[in-house]
Amino acid sequence: MASIEMKNIVKKYGDGFPAVNDVSLDIDEGEFMILVGPSGCGKSTLLRMIVGLEDITSGDMVIGGTRVNDKAPRERNLSMVFQNYALYPHLSVFENIAFPLRLAKVEDAEVQRRVNEAADVLELHEHLERKPANLSGGQRQRVAMGRAIVRQAEAFLFDEPLSNLDAKLRGQMRTEISRLQRRLGITTVYVTHDQTEAMTLGDRVCVLRKGKIQQVASPRELYEQPVNLFVAGFIGSPPMNFLPAQLEGSRLTTPFGDIELDERRAAAVAGRDLLLVGIRPEYFEDASLVDEAKRPLGSVFTARVDVTEWLGDSQFAYIPYEAPDEIRTQLRELSKELDSEELRTQAIVSIDATSRIREGRDAEFWLDSRKVHVFDPTTGDNLTRDAEAGAELTRLAAEDRVDQVQSAEGEGISAA
Amino acid sequence: MRYLFRPPATEAAGLLSLPWHQPLEEWDESLLLEVPQRGISRHVVRFTVSEGRVYALKEIAEPLARHEYALLAEFEGEGLPSVSVLGICVDRPDDQQAILVTRYLEYSMSYRYLFSGPRAADDPMKLLDTLVELLVRLHLAGVYWGDCSLSNTLFRLDAGTFTAYLVDAETAERHPTLSARKRAYDVDLARERVGAELMDLQSGELLAPEIDPIEIADSLPVRYEALWEEVTREEVFRADEQAIRVAERLQRINDLGFDVGEIELVTSGDGARLRVETRVAEPGQHRRELVRLTGLEVQENQAQRLLNDLWSYRAYLEQRSGRPVPETVAGHRWLTEVYLPVVGAVPDELAGRLEPAEVFHEVLEHRWFLSEGAGFDVGTWAAVRSYVQNVLPRMPVQLTTPSVMAHRSDPR
Repeated sequence: MASIEMKNIVKKYGDGFPAVNDVSLDIDEGEFMILVGPSGCGKSTLLRMIVGLEDITSGDMVIGGTRVNDKAPRERNLSMVFQNYALYPHLSVFENIAFPLRLAKVEDAEVQRRVNEAADVLELHEHLERKPANLSGGQRQRVAMGRAIVRQAEAFLFDEPLSNLDAKLRGQMRTEISRLQRRLGITTVYVTHDQTEAMTLGDRVCVLRKGKIQQVASPRELYEQPVNLFVAGFIGSPPMNFLPAQLEGSRLTTPFGDIELDERRAAAVAGRDLLLVGIRPEYFEDASLVDEAKRPLGSVFTARVDVTEWLGDSQFAYIPYEAPDEIRTQLRELSKELDSEELRTQAIVSIDATSRIREGRDAEFWLDSRKVHVFDPTTGDNLTRDAEAGAELTRLAAEDRVDQVQSAEGEGISAA
Repeated sequence: MRYLFRPPATEAAGLLSLPWHQPLEEWDESLLLEVPQRGISRHVVRFTVSEGRVYALKEIAEPLARHEYALLAEFEGEGLPSVSVLGICVDRPDDQQAILVTRYLEYSMSYRYLFSGPRAADDPMKLLDTLVELLVRLHLAGVYWGDCSLSNTLFRLDAGTFTAYLVDAETAERHPTLSARKRAYDVDLARERVGAELMDLQSGELLAPEIDPIEIADSLPVRYEALWEEVTREEVFRADEQAIRVAERLQRINDLGFDVGEIELVTSGDGARLRVETRVAEPGQHRRELVRLTGLEVQENQAQRLLNDLWSYRAYLEQRSGRPVPETVAGHRWLTEVYLPVVGAVPDELAGRLEPAEVFHEVLEHRWFLSEGAGFDVGTWAAVRSYVQNVLPRMPVQLTTPSVMAHRSDPR
């Protein structure tokens, strides 16, 4: 197991276009790092440079303390998991896991030891002597993991492993990968375009855009303290709402009424004119259902609801709003870049499932103004990001991980 | 649902009535054809017949299907040895995966047969070399396979030698040129997959006992490097040996089954530096010549063999009539008086085990063999009778190509 350090990594193709542009990223030993971003952001290229499939134009790739830029893929001892895995029908499950070792002429006693150990972690023990024909979808994927484990690779690498599975197996495998990574405590780099996968799997998530790192942080920090519009818009589903806002003193005037900024945030945005306010759907509520004690912490506004969506345990309301042309253009470009459907000038608002707010009528909403962020519409920078609070969230996540790894170690083999 | 196919694909019309809205696994057996001896697949694969032709249907995620469809079409256009793609069906109801439709490669054999059948122990390295040759060809074309294995390859006999065809391009990628890293990685993957596939056969007691899976797998990278070096290396030599060395090199590359597209020779005071640009496509001059003269479409080595026989028949005709016979006339007469009667001598119950052109090649071989024993030329017709009686029946019935099987069960 090893750490992976990337220092000023650049990948340029023949036409001079930098697919990866000055990326520096340290992945700790045992850490689960996600590389996420829309197509063309450079995440797969970066992974392939770690594996050794792509030449590195400049910068240093250091694995386990050794610079590997000039090493062939095989010499790096990394394992691409699930890549084109095949199950061999005449080989027992044991041999299906063991064959890379057989090919490497590893001694039989050692093969036995490693496969048995892997089978313990993977809970495949009772299947080892059987043929793979009757394994379930999830068990098959575990056999593929087993092959990677017995190689004793320095790290596991996954390149969109779940994108071609059906939804049910995808969900199962997500849980499985996460659990196994914790149990094995092996350094893992995982590429995905799916922000849900990124948020649920990673210790830390590295968000990439056009070959550049935007932010590397725990899922919670990304969610609560995004560095810019891109990260704020990419992370979260339904996405963050961006409203145009006019600044007067410490007060923002928005299509949904005025928002009073606290001292810190007011200072951060001072002297500006047109701004964008970012509000997550869950910062809203049906005003009639808000606790009296909570009410003063936010503002109340009236708006006409276009559509409501009741999902049983939750409910969303769609509220259209007006925005100046320059803001519309900015939002259109952002949504294009995020590969998302066009962010229309309509807010998606989460309200309690019991709310009686109805379509086509005016309704009163409450907005929790404590958590809103304010962005510069031109540069996209988050002007009100609290770096310290963010770092604290990531530190807490790191603590949790250590805890989980320790308890997994204590859990032993029998855990289901 | 949406169907995408490339013209000419009039044949696709017959396929449109199939129940594309259902999962392949639920298709009625009457619509499907059982094809034995298949490789290992991660997907549901089924075979069907339409108007006498056999198609392979593979259920696969839509982006992969589109990708594979586009790549296979490219490969075919460039003359890379790959299966021919007909089209895809996407937007199937209930979020079902797409289906990729390829034309079945008739008279092909899977590695399962080749490594376990009666001829298996002949020379397993030869089979490996055909796979290596395919990989080198793909790499020359800038194709990273990502899943080179015996399961993803089909083999066809071509006048006694084998040609390997790519049948799965799901993980393949196209690049302007392929870096040494990608090539090395592809070869690593191939080594491992081939080793595992042979160990699998061994475990199922399907591998000829003399064959050692690890030895074969380990020799793959070595053989690949040797062939790659042969077809790509730059050579430096003295000016006075220039002519002979260029000729030798080209001959060597041709002997390996490759064609040279362009030669670059840079001379200086000390000598010359030779760089060859090896063509991706198989050399096809014999094949084209045979089509022109007879309309027969066969593989390259077979075409060479058939043409030689055609030329000797022409000489015979000229000698008998005492005047020149135009080549087109000779072509027509050879086709109707020699080729068709020979391949037509195969009785129905033995039909489909070998491609007709391969039968013709084997009859010529058999004639030579019989004549050697007899001390005189036994002639074609005696050779045909003996071949059909004694040799062809030894080819296993499982090899019967699917279109012939389909015709037998439904001779319309």
